[in-house]
Amino acid sequence: MEPLDQICHRLLDRFPGAEISVIQNPGPAAQHSLLVGAAALRQVAEFLRDDAALGLDYCSNVTGVDWPDKVVVETTKSTVPDPAGGAPKVTEQKTERLEPGFLEVVYHLYSMVRRHGPVVIRARTANRTDCATLPSLTPVWRSAEFQEREIFDLFGVVFTDHPDLRRILMWDGFKDHPMRRDYVEPEDYEWEPTPHGDLVEKAKRAHAHPGGAPT
Amino acid sequence: MSTLSDSPLFPSGGAHVKAVTDEFHGDLLEVSMGPHHPSTHGVFRMVVTLDGERIVKLKPVLGYLHRNHEKIGEATSYLGSMPYTDRLDYLNAMTNNWAYAIAVEKLGGLAVPERAEYIRIILAELSRLQNHVCLAGFLLQDTGASGTPLMYAFRERENILGLFESLSGSRMMCNYQRFGGCRVDPSPEWMQQASALVDGFGAFLDEFEELITGNEILMARTQGIGVLKAADAVAAGITGPMLRAAGVAYDIRKVDGYGFYPRFNFRVPLGAHGDTYDRYMIRILEMRESIGILRQALRDAPAGPIMDPKAKLRGFRPKPGEAYGRIEGPKGEIGFYLISDGTPNPYRYRVRPPSFVNLTVLEDLCLGHTIADSVVILGSIDIVLGEVDR
Repeated sequence: MEPLDQICHRLLDRFPGAEISVIQNPGPAAQHSLLVGAAALRQVAEFLRDDAALGLDYCSNVTGVDWPDKVVVETTKSTVPDPAGGAPKVTEQKTERLEPGFLEVVYHLYSMVRRHGPVVIRARTANRTDCATLPSLTPVWRSAEFQEREIFDLFGVVFTDHPDLRRILMWDGFKDHPMRRDYVEPEDYEWEPTPHGDLVEKAKRAHAHPGGAPT
Repeated sequence: MSTLSDSPLFPSGGAHVKAVTDEFHGDLLEVSMGPHHPSTHGVFRMVVTLDGERIVKLKPVLGYLHRNHEKIGEATSYLGSMPYTDRLDYLNAMTNNWAYAIAVEKLGGLAVPERAEYIRIILAELSRLQNHVCLAGFLLQDTGASGTPLMYAFRERENILGLFESLSGSRMMCNYQRFGGCRVDPSPEWMQQASALVDGFGAFLDEFEELITGNEILMARTQGIGVLKAADAVAAGITGPMLRAAGVAYDIRKVDGYGFYPRFNFRVPLGAHGDTYDRYMIRILEMRESIGILRQALRDAPAGPIMDPKAKLRGFRPKPGEAYGRIEGPKGEIGFYLISDGTPNPYRYRVRPPSFVNLTVLEDLCLGHTIADSVVILGSIDIVLGEVDR
């Protein structure tokens, strides 16, 4: 299979102006990936599938990844020369910068015709809250249908143009997205009000005032 | 002597279908199959819309066994997730372990000793045998052959599980593979027992096929039912025997050549029609190929270490990076996608479950068939809910 840099160049030639870049994987696996902007994602996917040399007709794995907001502390050192002629004074200034988080969807593509792969493409949402939207690739590879539903369910990425975007693993009335890093699970899923809580409170009050509970 | 076709009950010239003109014709009936229906192979539900007995719509409902396996994987060390992968496809702990081990080995750049690679192949092929034999038994149970074929299949399966137990200490939750090798070295006696089992398995398959493969009822219930076209299968990401029954020659053992599979001589059986009968036959043929692989592996397995001495199991902290590792499991492509941030726990732990993706086409296969056929079609897809729901 042709190297990923070459695929990236060909994509940029075909879609000038699209945001496509190679993300290096520093680990020993060396499975590098293509970061594709949401605007061009659908066209890039169709190109990768239909291109004769690549023929990536099989989308094996679709993964959601949550990258929450990060506070990055940057330290800047400044050296002030001592007017008295002594050692220069080093002052450190720390600035905190908020790196906005995003949700990422990773597609692992293979070719059944050419028997090569994987080509990894990834796309990122604008943020994690009100704009967690990406174009669905289910119209390109149907194998993404259930997996994108799962990412919608567990991460909260809204896929536009998905034919049937519903929760798949959690139940329909469920509110949150449990695979997000900041998800806090409720203490008791099955809690429902019973008289026992009130009775315990009443007993506690009676205990605190042996002469009789204040009404 | 009169034949069936001469009898007044079965007039010659095929079945007679009377047009339904009663008041109910055209009314649709919605039936919820499952989650406790025995034919759904676990807690799986199909919401089926019926026109008479014909299916016009089918929506699978999943998640009854969901415990957020992937989230638990993020809160556990790399080694700690290994026994938990047993619970994904709980029929094939050995191949789940292997897929996870391959992903971690890619992530951490670990090598595997030669003997361990042979042991892995032996265990994976034994696992494939018992998975396929279970499938054949369950499929016949679904067609209404109550009990007997399933018990024949389970007899053979128990023998293989006995081998797993004597090696790993557990029949099903084996927790046997490690990244960088295997946990226990099988003794020469174990290898002999395995050889004896493999030698006897062909005779069992012959017997099973003689009883079942040409059976008229099986043919009537499965041939031409639930046809999956090759192009649809590729688009929907179908893998494993189901894909090859549709006639697509894609076996990850051949394509990726992971482990020592390129050293082995075996063929990849393909179906011609993509129907339920082909999906049954593919499993039988794959078992015969697995026997061949097992014979070669048991004959050639060298002596030597079974663990990479550089592999550090406890407190394993791979460098930041990511890796996707996959193998040809008995149900299809099982893959693990791991992202490391340099800490002892994976930042992201993703399972690519074959039977979850294979369920994508369930509705397409069932449309137009009767509700009884949907049970057989679901049986031929070979799902395990531990893996579908995770």
